[in-house]
Amino acid sequence: MSVKVRALAKHYGDQRAVNQISFEANPGKILGFLGPNGAGKSTTMKMLTGYLAPTSGEAEICGKNILNEPLEVKSLIGYLPENTPLYNDMYIKEFLSFVGETYQLKNLKQRVEDVVKRVGLTPEQHKKIGMLSKGYKQRVGLAQAIIHNPQVLILDEPTSGLDPNQLTDIRALIKTLGVNKTVIISTHIMQEVEALCDEIIIINKGEIVANNTLAKLKEQYQDSSLEEIFRKLTLN
Amino acid sequence: MYAVFKRELFSFLSSLVAYITIGVFLLACALLLWFFPETSILDYGYAEMNGFFSLAPFLFMFLVPAITMRSFAEERREGTYVLLATKPISDSQIILAKYFACVVLLILALLPTSIYFFSIYQLGFPKGNIDTGAVIGSYLGLFFLGNAFTAVGIFSSSITKNQVIAFAVAVFVCFLAYSGFEAASKIFVASSVETILLNIGINEHYQSISRGVLDTRDLVYFISFALVFLGLTKLILEGKKWKN
Repeated sequence: MSVKVRALAKHYGDQRAVNQISFEANPGKILGFLGPNGAGKSTTMKMLTGYLAPTSGEAEICGKNILNEPLEVKSLIGYLPENTPLYNDMYIKEFLSFVGETYQLKNLKQRVEDVVKRVGLTPEQHKKIGMLSKGYKQRVGLAQAIIHNPQVLILDEPTSGLDPNQLTDIRALIKTLGVNKTVIISTHIMQEVEALCDEIIIINKGEIVANNTLAKLKEQYQDSSLEEIFRKLTLN
Repeated sequence: MYAVFKRELFSFLSSLVAYITIGVFLLACALLLWFFPETSILDYGYAEMNGFFSLAPFLFMFLVPAITMRSFAEERREGTYVLLATKPISDSQIILAKYFACVVLLILALLPTSIYFFSIYQLGFPKGNIDTGAVIGSYLGLFFLGNAFTAVGIFSSSITKNQVIAFAVAVFVCFLAYSGFEAASKIFVASSVETILLNIGINEHYQSISRGVLDTRDLVYFISFALVFLGLTKLILEGKKWKN
């Protein structure tokens, strides 16, 4: 059990962004995090990665508590934040070396080369990040998340704004990463969920409204499409 | 921590901002010390650098906040702070890394002014007739003063996403700390409050180091001044984690 979340909550004043959610994610599985905008997906991810502190509840990453051992937890997680913030003034390799240094990686040069090849950045590798197109920026974001070979990958809308070709590439990459890691991705694209995810959590107004495998979910709702299930669960 | 420090420093040095602020600082120094007749050393006629050292704190009041204002404010605005905060580096390490990067930049701004010393050294009559000890002391004082201002600047950069606000707050707090307390102390002439206010202010300690006497009290003052503001920065960063 590499990600364990128990009654995690985040309140902004009176507003309950995340209201006591509990779930688990396992290695070798890709967990899809679905929900309308503002449902609390990103907030949950930010809490797991230690960027926000939860109002109450707890979470464990590979047996380590996110509040008691924040630095250990952070080195176990690879995180691609929403909108892929990057240092636009740095060169790709310079930036990836910087990220590698924060994880205190050995063989840094080799690691950077590998990860550049892996995410398909080779043709652009000598450019500044600010000069890249959105798709390539997304790849840099993904590269900085996997450079330290983390146990747990948390990707916040990794495919937003990509063209169909890039979409296929990035999905294939996430699929291969999911073979031996725990991957949590959030997305709005239903086909993506069907193509990628083994398990699905649908979250609405800070609460989990469905947590199951895709097949079981479809069984439960008499073979309606995922889109219909999503609308049924989040539109009331 | 070294990785963040290196990144900060390189991003300063690879952007024009650093060169322009340092350039403006040096230009202002040069104009005031050598060209404008009222403050010119040449017109003054004595081979000493006191003019520079009484002027420099006021220039620092603008130079230092200009350097520090981007450190947290820009990262928050661009969203890159998320990247930094989710790497296995503690808040204190991030703060110190940014702080030291700014201090290094400050030293880079200060180094070229040593030309003034050599010029005056050559111009003195007889040649070399300048109190070298006092100059070294004053540079040390200026360095500590810059450290204190940097801590203030880092703090004010952490409280806002807006660089202009960060700059304005830093300038104001630096001014207050440098001459505000001293001015306030004059209200309470010849009472213990006067001494207390004088000792809270930076100028008193700056003058004391500039005299060439390295008193531990002044050292402790400058170090704790910086630590207080860096500590406040940490509180702000941690508070943001809980609130927003």
